[in-house]
Amino acid sequence: MENKKTVLVIGAGPAGISAAKSLANDNISVTVLEKEDTFGGNINNWAKLFPNFKDAGEVKSSLIQNFVNNQNIKIVYNKKVTELKKHNQKWIANTSDGEVFESDAAILSTGFKVFDAQYKEELGYGIYPNVITSVEFEKMYKNGKILTVQGSVPKKIAFLNCVGSRDEKVGNHYCSRICCIAAVKQAIEFKELYPQSEAFIFYMDIRMAGQFYEELYRKSQEKHGVVYIRGRISETSSTIDKKVQIKAEDTLAATPLRMTVDMLVLMIGVEASKSTTILSKQNNIDGPYGFAKSKDIHTADNYSNENGLFLAGSCKRPLTLTETIADGKSAAISVVEYLKQTK
Amino acid sequence: MKNWGFKIPDSRTLDLDKEDLKLYNKIVEKVPSARRCIMCGMCSATCSAANHTNFNFRLVHHKFRMGMFESLASELDKCMLCGKCRMLCPRGVNTRAVIYNMRIILDNMYYKNI
Ligand code: SF4
Ligand code: SF4
Ligand code: SF4
Repeated sequence: MENKKTVLVIGAGPAGISAAKSLANDNISVTVLEKEDTFGGNINNWAKLFPNFKDAGEVKSSLIQNFVNNQNIKIVYNKKVTELKKHNQKWIANTSDGEVFESDAAILSTGFKVFDAQYKEELGYGIYPNVITSVEFEKMYKNGKILTVQGSVPKKIAFLNCVGSRDEKVGNHYCSRICCIAAVKQAIEFKELYPQSEAFIFYMDIRMAGQFYEELYRKSQEKHGVVYIRGRISETSSTIDKKVQIKAEDTLAATPLRMTVDMLVLMIGVEASKSTTILSKQNNIDGPYGFAKSKDIHTADNYSNENGLFLAGSCKRPLTLTETIADGKSAAISVVEYLKQTK
Repeated sequence: MKNWGFKIPDSRTLDLDKEDLKLYNKIVEKVPSARRCIMCGMCSATCSAANHTNFNFRLVHHKFRMGMFESLASELDKCMLCGKCRMLCPRGVNTRAVIYNMRIILDNMYYKNI
């Protein structure tokens, strides 16, 4: 019997899970190293998914079918990979607790982290309690209520797009791609919970580049009366009763604008996770903004310039969940191609 | 942050706390398609009245929505209700009906006491 090929998958988020399942299906022996004590990665931060409001838990359940109890997949939790190196045609991963794993190929599926809104001090996150992030909104929504710190239903809520994205001041020139549609989704969820309240979205451009996104945007206006204001909030302050005062320009009317809202939600952007940056740098495959760089974005997007090291999901750039899952499978195909060549 | 100097000049500033956004709801009740406007400016680009005047339906609509009613009544007098704008609108806004209903509300606000 010929020796089974082995692959290391680093990160058990949607990309890693999807890649591992495909590889296992090809009778390859997969070891998944996950730094947390559970799988799922960023999918665990969502209550419902855009654009169809599907329950994120349900999506996760179907994603992990044939993942957890697969005889070809070994999942090791609480394993943070600190070093990934090629040695004698083998990939060696060292973890923070001193363990060593070895394989014929490796997939980087180390994903993204969200922007730390405290860097945009002028927006008051971490200073004014009713300024929250989109991730915190999601968490509240999971528990069924969106409430201010005082415990009341916000009569007015505002969402601010592009926090930590498209902003030279924080070093991120790129668009995070998912926050526009996430704002539309959350504004609708808010209006469905509290139809009497008002929801405003402050934007620079509304980027609805996905199937049914534009339709959802249209529905948010038509059915839910979400008001879109073109202009980026320059700064916030707090009123004595902990409301959030906003300063912006209504650029469509070329008029300075101010308003007071009960809650401000910052749509924080996507950044490369720490592991993504560290492990890419070690292998000289780091690209702009600390993301990992693929060999060719059009034709070899799952390959890196390092033979035998593959890339899956949002370690490369901001991706939607749909794209991430597909990209995991796609990475598995590239790995199989590679393993066939190396024999 | 306390030294950032959070000050807003009062005049010229659109104050969404004060302005009555509810008036726009009256337009929306009559013309639900108004809400779908994405401020693209196709209507104002093609506008017949704009050939001869500085009338801008997009801007008038937007200002009404945001409660900036000043001078809108006389602005709206420039529109001939020809309906050309409606033929182009990519979001299917019934532009003429929006104009017509804005006129009714504004006429009541500004002209009724004359
Ligand atoms: S998706 Fe929208 S909110 Fe997010 S960075 Fe891009 S333009 Fe800004
Ligand atoms: S053409 Fe339609 S969508 Fe565009 S600004 Fe005019 S009314 Fe709005
Ligand atoms: S109906 Fe009024 S706004 Fe529309 S094209 Fe004619 S004149 Fe212009």
